[in-house]
Amino acid sequence: MESDLVKIDSLSFSYHTLNGETRALENLSFSVKEGEFLAIVGPSGCGKSTILSLIAGLMEPESGGITFYGKNGKKPGIGYMLQHDHLFEWRNIWQNVTLGLEIQHKLTAENKEKVKKMLDDYGLAGFAYKRPGELSGGMKQRAALIRTLALEPEILLLDEPFSALDYQTRLTVSADIARIIRAEKKTVVLITHDLSEAVSLADRVLVLSKRPAYVKAEFSIHLTLPDDSLLAARKAPEYSEYFNQIWEELSDETQ
Amino acid sequence: MKHNEPMSEAQQEYIKNHHRHHRFIRYARLMVLLVFLIVWEVCANFKLIDSFFFSSPSRVVSCFFSMLRDKSLFVHIGVTLLETVVSFLLVIALSLGAATLLWHSRKLSEILEPYLVVLNSLPKSALAPLLIVWLGTGIDTIIVAGISVALFGAIINLYTGFMQVDSEKLKLIYTLGGTRRDTFFKVVLPACVPTILSNMKVNIGLALVGVIIGEFLAARRGLGYLIIYGSQVFQLNMLITSILILCAIAMGLYQVIQFLEHCYKKRI
Repeated sequence: MESDLVKIDSLSFSYHTLNGETRALENLSFSVKEGEFLAIVGPSGCGKSTILSLIAGLMEPESGGITFYGKNGKKPGIGYMLQHDHLFEWRNIWQNVTLGLEIQHKLTAENKEKVKKMLDDYGLAGFAYKRPGELSGGMKQRAALIRTLALEPEILLLDEPFSALDYQTRLTVSADIARIIRAEKKTVVLITHDLSEAVSLADRVLVLSKRPAYVKAEFSIHLTLPDDSLLAARKAPEYSEYFNQIWEELSDETQ
Repeated sequence: MKHNEPMSEAQQEYIKNHHRHHRFIRYARLMVLLVFLIVWEVCANFKLIDSFFFSSPSRVVSCFFSMLRDKSLFVHIGVTLLETVVSFLLVIALSLGAATLLWHSRKLSEILEPYLVVLNSLPKSALAPLLIVWLGTGIDTIIVAGISVALFGAIINLYTGFMQVDSEKLKLIYTLGGTRRDTFFKVVLPACVPTILSNMKVNIGLALVGVIIGEFLAARRGLGYLIIYGSQVFQLNMLITSILILCAIAMGLYQVIQFLEHCYKKRI
């Protein structure tokens, strides 16, 4: 949890249409430490997803830079989980979770074994040859996570990965997925508009301003967990205090 | 529904009603055909219609068997079938290739769009005389006529289908380190199989339309030729028999595609 893994330095980005230019990010700077679970919250439409697309290299920043401090000076592997699971109905679960390996021509016996173990560990063992339509929302989200983890990324980018689930599923699935990710010792950047999700899952929460976005406030989260249940974080005594502070910061922005 | 549980009475009733409904529809369809044939036959026999012009079911059947006996019918059906299937397969191959190219290059698709629209809305029968002059009166002319009717609509439909694939699914491929080529083969093409199949259903019919138009104008064999020949020599029994055979062929070809679609849905 010491050294920076990603450093984002005065990043700016605009979207262009014929009707004009939309400044999404302006001089945005922050860093992500190795092994950290960072949550980014902000008013809707403030360019949160843009940040992830830039880190993932799907788009080029207009100005400013993103520096990676991977092992041996190499760029760390990046896994990106989108809002919806996007499991393909024309593939079974096994073919879906190995899609990344297939694309990168890494479908070795060793990697297949690893994916098989993940399916076992995360409760999808009997579902490898089922179609996505036969799985529950939570199981699909876990399958999508395995698809991302199969490529063994060091950094995981999560773009509101639970927002498509109903509330009850969402509570359990988000805690469940966070547990898996922590067990795998990944560095995580989570985008969310759900404050309770941010407080209960993250080590650190960044609050963004409205568009063009900059970092408005930063909170380190330290919770005293009453038990080890999935919802323990939400029962911690400090939970509501953090929630209220972040809420205040955000309310200024949405007024 | 679990199989080991006994069905409730309401469920049994529901299933019974469902079967009853479908039985009724099947019989009603058959009845429509039977009533039509009987009325036709009776009207012809009692001279309410002139059977020289309108034929009758019994005359159609005897004409069908006499044509079967002199073997000419097999040749005509075979030729029309062959031309239709070849046109259809070429339409599928060409439209898939063209739609892929248009998907690959947005510039190209924008440049060609007005030409495709014009070619699609042009009545293709207007081209047939031109094709005869260029290609003669052989089987090639008729195959080209068959292709021309279906091709442009097929390209436009497939291209539209390719472009409607969820862009987030394409993004997923990029996040997994894929290229644009991967997005095509892993997402666009498999996602569009239902579009391709429904496109095939339309195109098999259109290919048949084109082939018959071609045979009207430039053939010595085939059902289209038989229909024109029948009208010229006032052999209306032959003409109507040919039309009914054409009905059967159109239905048969459609059923083949329907079966393909059924297999695909079962596999998914």
